[in-house]
Order: sequence, then structure tokens, then C-alpha cells
Amino acid sequence: MELTLRVWRQAGPNAPGKFEDYQAKDVSPDMSFLEMLDFVNEDLIRQGKEPITFEHDCREGICGCCGTMVNGKAHGGFEGTTLCQVHMRHFKNGDTIIVEPWRSRVFPVLKDLMVDRSPFDKILHAGGYVSVNVGGAPDANAIPISPNAQDTAMDAAQCIGCGACVAACPNGSAMLFVSAKVSHLDVLPQGKVETVRRTRAMIAKMDELGFGNCTNHAECEMACPKKISISHIARANRSFWRALFSHES
Amino acid sequence: MVRRLDMVLSSIGKKELMALSGLGFIGFLVAHLAGNFTILSGAEALDGYAAKLEALGPLVWVAEAGMVTMALVHVLVGITLVVRNLQARGQRYAMKKSEGGRTIGSRTMWLTGPWILVFVGIHLAQFTFPHKLTEEAPALSKLVAEQLSDPIWAGYYVVTMLILALHVSHGFWSAFQTLGAAPSRSGYLRDTAVLLAFVFGAGFSLLAFMVFNVPDLLK
Ligand code: FES
Repeated sequence: MELTLRVWRQAGPNAPGKFEDYQAKDVSPDMSFLEMLDFVNEDLIRQGKEPITFEHDCREGICGCCGTMVNGKAHGGFEGTTLCQVHMRHFKNGDTIIVEPWRSRVFPVLKDLMVDRSPFDKILHAGGYVSVNVGGAPDANAIPISPNAQDTAMDAAQCIGCGACVAACPNGSAMLFVSAKVSHLDVLPQGKVETVRRTRAMIAKMDELGFGNCTNHAECEMACPKKISISHIARANRSFWRALFSHES
Repeated sequence: MVRRLDMVLSSIGKKELMALSGLGFIGFLVAHLAGNFTILSGAEALDGYAAKLEALGPLVWVAEAGMVTMALVHVLVGITLVVRNLQARGQRYAMKKSEGGRTIGSRTMWLTGPWILVFVGIHLAQFTFPHKLTEEAPALSKLVAEQLSDPIWAGYYVVTMLILALHVSHGFWSAFQTLGAAPSRSGYLRDTAVLLAFVFGAGFSLLAFMVFNVPDLLK
């Protein structure tokens, strides 16, 4: 099939950007979205033009590199799917596809479709870890953990840090990301000990970086390729209350 | 202490303030709507109800001070949140569709909020201040009958009540989510919010409509 791609091109963080149109010919429905971009890039290279920069690594939905806004939806808007896992059979011959980088003041565009998501790392550096000595790996089942807690921690730990939540949020808020990180450590015995310090530090860092405020639109949950629920945001809000009234310094 | 203050002024802290003040207003609206139903029993019932409230004396003052505080918090914190959120996006998207989470209520909070604020000012000027300022203001039932017999004012009241319903349809659920109580994106709190919105919208509008259509109601 033949498609028109309208892609955001921007030479560098401070360069002005604009949309440019490209014709993608002979696209196979079996290609993934990223393969289709590779295909277009090969053509651009052959013509001696600058290929489109986009971030990718695993191409199997686990690294979180590949997110962009496709036709106005994060990762193209396919339920529980990262862009690398979207196949071209979802598009029709003759379609125009608009490809735009995440827009957030906190995630500046580095080049074309690639943005700087390192603010997420900074939030993790602030508190997304366990720093108490939990000893060696215990025997299986030596520390009983309820299935509920396991499920919650596992669901939250699915987060791949792709940034779709921030990108899709009308307020540019990072609450889904932060709450997933808070949840997956808070519900487990090893992480529980430091919940107060963690919650305070991560919220303070998130605010300092300039993310927006969550107003519970729930766009993030719908955009999340790992389908992380905003119930984690409610949980993080509970952690906030705990941290607010805690005597811990 | 400094840490506590920092936390209250953090993004989540501000949202908790929005949630608590918002729920306070919901409580007020329930009482207000219940009180308004005295209209159906005629002018005497309405004026008698108003007199009883006024007779509470210092309690009224406390309640009023509480309402003013809640209003200040809700409005001022709301403005800072909106400004910050506009800054956080930076460049707008050339094309952005809803991912499917937003509702008409959540989308319009920034519009319905200011609308309600303006309405509250007008509403107080029409029905509350006359009695606070002068002894010989006409009875409340007279004021109500007079305002609501005018089709433009009656229309304004009904439209505003629908806008209020929209605000509540997101705000009520959202407040619980912010306080940490909401279990999921859907669920009973969502449904309760819609139901409450309907009760407020339909209840207040019905009364305005009755006063407008039944000229003898408040005679
Ligand atoms: S490339 Fe790793 S998630 Fe898409």
C-alpha cells in the first residue's frame, strides 16, 4: 500500500521544527510501524536526505523507547500496544499518517521524533529504589506476600517509562508514572519501610521538574501501552497523606 | 513544619485542597437544595425556613466564614493549577485526539468553574445581600418570585444549574480519586457523581421552572 507520512522534523533541541510530507510506497501490511519508518528512511538515505530520527531499541514492547504521537494518539492509540508492536495492517492504502513527538515542556525534542525522557530517571533517582539492607535472596515463601499485593506490585512494575502518560495528559502530568513507581515498591515488604521518604522525594522532584498537575482525566490510563490503572494514582495519593502526617524526618 | 507546608503546597497537596473544598461545596449544595424544596409549599414556608436559618445567629457566621474560606481556596488554588498545567505542555500538538478517558465534565472544568463563580456573585447579590444590608428588604419569597418570573433570569438559572451539574459530574468523583479513595476509572463513585449531578441539575432547575410557570406558587 501507499501512504503519506506527515512527520515532525526538527534538527536539534533549539532549532525550529516543521511538518514534512513523505510518500511511503510498497508498504506491506506485515511491517511494524517502525519497520515502515526504516523503509522510508532507506529511501531518504538513497536520495541523499537526512533520515527521520526516532528512538527504538527492543522493538517488542518492553523498553519504552519508541513512543510518539500517531494520528493524535499516543503509540497510535491501539489498546495496550507500544508503537513498535503496531502493524501496518491497521492502516489503509492512501491514508495520511501524522507523526509527532511527545509534547511536554519537561521532555524537550532532541531531534525529529526523539525527546529527552531523562526527567523520568531523575524522579527515580530521587526515591524510586530500596536503600535498606534486605539481606540475601530469601527462600521462596519465607516472606509471605498476599496475592493482592503481588498483583498490584506486578501491574505497577509493568511501567516501561515510555512517557505516553505525560504526552497524552492534557495537563502534561507525570502522575501515572510516579504513582506506578510508588505503588510497585510500596506494596512489597522490602519497599514499604521507606514509603514516607520515597513519596516525599518523588513528589518534590516531579514538581521541581515542571510536570503538570493531575486532574483525573484518565487519559493516561487509556494511553498507557501497559494499561496501568489510575487506581495507582489514588494509591499514591494515599501515600501522600501518610507522608504528610508522618513524624519521620 | 516546613516540610508539612511544602507538602501542602506541592502539586498533590494543592489537589487535596481542591478536593476537600469541593466536597465541602457538595455538602452545602445538598443542604441548599433540600432547603429550596420549601418553595413547593409556598411563600410562608420559604420565608419561615429563611427566618429559622437566620435565627441560628453565630452558627450562620461560622458557616459563612467556612464557605468564604472554601471559596477562596477552591478558586485561588484552581487558578494556580490551571496556569501550571498550561505551562507544562509547552508546544501544543498539531493533532491530538482524546485517548478515551476524558469526559465532557472533565474537559470543561476550567470553563464551568469560572461560570459558577460569576453566578454565585450574582446569586448572592440578588438573594442574600439585600437582607444583610437593609432591614426593610422585601421578603425572600418576593425576591425569588420577582427574579424567576423574568424569562431571561429563569433561563440563566436553569442553564447555570446544568453547568453546575457538569462540574459536579467530574468533581465529585475526582475529589475521591484525589483523596485516595477511588478504586478505578469506572465504578460506583463515577456513577454516584453522575447521579448527584443529575439530582442537582434536575432539582434546582425544577424549582426555578416551577416558580416561573406557576405564578401563584410564591404568593
Ligand atoms: S522499541 Fe522498545 S518498546 Fe518499542
